Amino acid sequence: MSPAPDPAAMEERNPGAAIEIAGLRKSFGEKIVLNGVNLGVRPGESLVIIGGSGTGKSVLLKCILGLLQPDSGTIMIDGIDMTEAPGGDRADVRRRTGMLFQGGALFDSLNVWRNVTFALTQGRARKGRSMRSLAVELLAKVGLDESVADLRPAEISGGMQKRVALARAIASRPDLVFFDEPTTGLDPIRANTINDLIRGLVTDLGCSAITITHDMESARRIADRVAMLHEGRIIWQGPVEMLDDSGNARVDKFINGRTD
Amino acid sequence: MTDSFTRLFAPIGAAALSFFAAIGRAAIFAGRALLAAVRPPYYPARFVQQLLSIGYFSLPVVGLTALFTGAALAQQIYVGGERFNAASTVPAVTVIAIVRELAPVLGGLMVAGRVSSAMAAELGTMRVTEQIDALVTLRTDPFQFLVAPRLLAAIVVLPILTLVANAIGVMGGYLLAVYRLGFNAASYLETTRDYLEVTDIVSSLVKAAVFGFVLALMGCYHGYHTSGGAAGVGRATTNAVVSAFLLILLANLVITVLVFG
Ligand SMILES: Nc1ncnc2c1ncn2[C@@H]1O[C@H](COP(=O)(O)OP(=O)(O)O)[C@@H](O)[C@H]1O
Ligand SMILES: [Mg+2]
Repeated sequence: MSPAPDPAAMEERNPGAAIEIAGLRKSFGEKIVLNGVNLGVRPGESLVIIGGSGTGKSVLLKCILGLLQPDSGTIMIDGIDMTEAPGGDRADVRRRTGMLFQGGALFDSLNVWRNVTFALTQGRARKGRSMRSLAVELLAKVGLDESVADLRPAEISGGMQKRVALARAIASRPDLVFFDEPTTGLDPIRANTINDLIRGLVTDLGCSAITITHDMESARRIADRVAMLHEGRIIWQGPVEMLDDSGNARVDKFINGRTD
Repeated sequence: MTDSFTRLFAPIGAAALSFFAAIGRAAIFAGRALLAAVRPPYYPARFVQQLLSIGYFSLPVVGLTALFTGAALAQQIYVGGERFNAASTVPAVTVIAIVRELAPVLGGLMVAGRVSSAMAAELGTMRVTEQIDALVTLRTDPFQFLVAPRLLAAIVVLPILTLVANAIGVMGGYLLAVYRLGFNAASYLETTRDYLEVTDIVSSLVKAAVFGFVLALMGCYHGYHTSGGAAGVGRATTNAVVSAFLLILLANLVITVLVFG
């Protein structure tokens, strides 16, 4: 059930965005979370970040998005340094960015379709009918049908919330997308719908993507390249084909789920 | 000697410093919110929604508070005044006490109890569930979308609530005085009118607007800066209400001294 590459969208294929992270450090009080992260994403490339729970993967994404201020280091997105660029430049980058939060972060005071179209309406009640039908289209892409459109986030399951949040993240046709554990809490079939959707964003629409996941099946389907975060640093990165021959003991342990 | 002196007063100094730091942070927060309120985009629908939830739904609570307080006040002034053969001061003292102090202050405190806590809980939950972060990534300024409508609505609606509370509070005193203490209805109202001055009403409304600002600011400030999950939301709610209460009482003292001192 791969999302059909619709011809109109093919024409306006995105250039994608380049991300270059150098020497990124972030601590909370005494606790060092990121300790010199160096990482790059080429335009139109899909990078998957793996790593144990609590290693700072979500913190890394929040630093890239400018939601957390790093202690030091640079984050360049298409040549704009997100850590010190003026607000206007950062807003321009945000305009091209979509983010799926680990917990979904749906607005619980708004119903599902208003959530999905939020990037376009900024929460105002304009163009109601066309916005709702756009939302229904986007919901179909994440495997949800129209019946959920008028429900509140609290009325749907966690896995459905995650997919609604994914639909919201891509509603404004971003060319730079961040997904924090997009398949966590989904059954294998629904997870594959999401994997195909993300892969389609990259392959068919030319988006650059950074995806965090624990789900190795998902990582193999989504990634062009994989990077592993451990103790505040990227300890290995390489093409997804190299994942099984990384030559790194920690990567082997992680991808095979060994506890020894 | 110097040592024990330092040891005794250092914690007090530290507490004072952190108190002023907190005031400073809240002031910066307020400045950001007011700036956001005057810059487009505006959210009129959210403003109206807040008018309703702060104002309309506070009417019963504020009305009952004023009614009971006005009646109790009339009773006390009667008992107190009787000792000096001054029981006839009931209408004059009641209206002055209600309009100048009790309606705005008690109304402000009741609304703070209802609204500051609700704002802190809602924004705090949005913070810990990353909804505020999500707003930013969806190119919406949380100060414009969340804080400004609440602040403006509270500033507008508290004076209206206080007007209502003034009227109901005076009516509470009137009912008790007429039906229990045997005052003449017509002359009670006439005395009330004679002793009520424009300054009283204006100061009452100014106080209410300030209290509205304070209680919404404390709710939003503590909610916005919540951290630490559900327990953090609990702390934010408590801090919002306590700080709103204290600031309302402090602001009342300052305005009273400035206007009537
Ligand atoms: N806002 C914050 N304040 C304090 N500590 C935080 C904050 N956000 C994350 N952390 C800490 O940073 C570490 C990494 O968190 P996170 O990035 O969420 O891990 P994960 O790799 O599972 O996504 C954790 O130990 C977490 O406690
Ligand atoms: Mg995480």
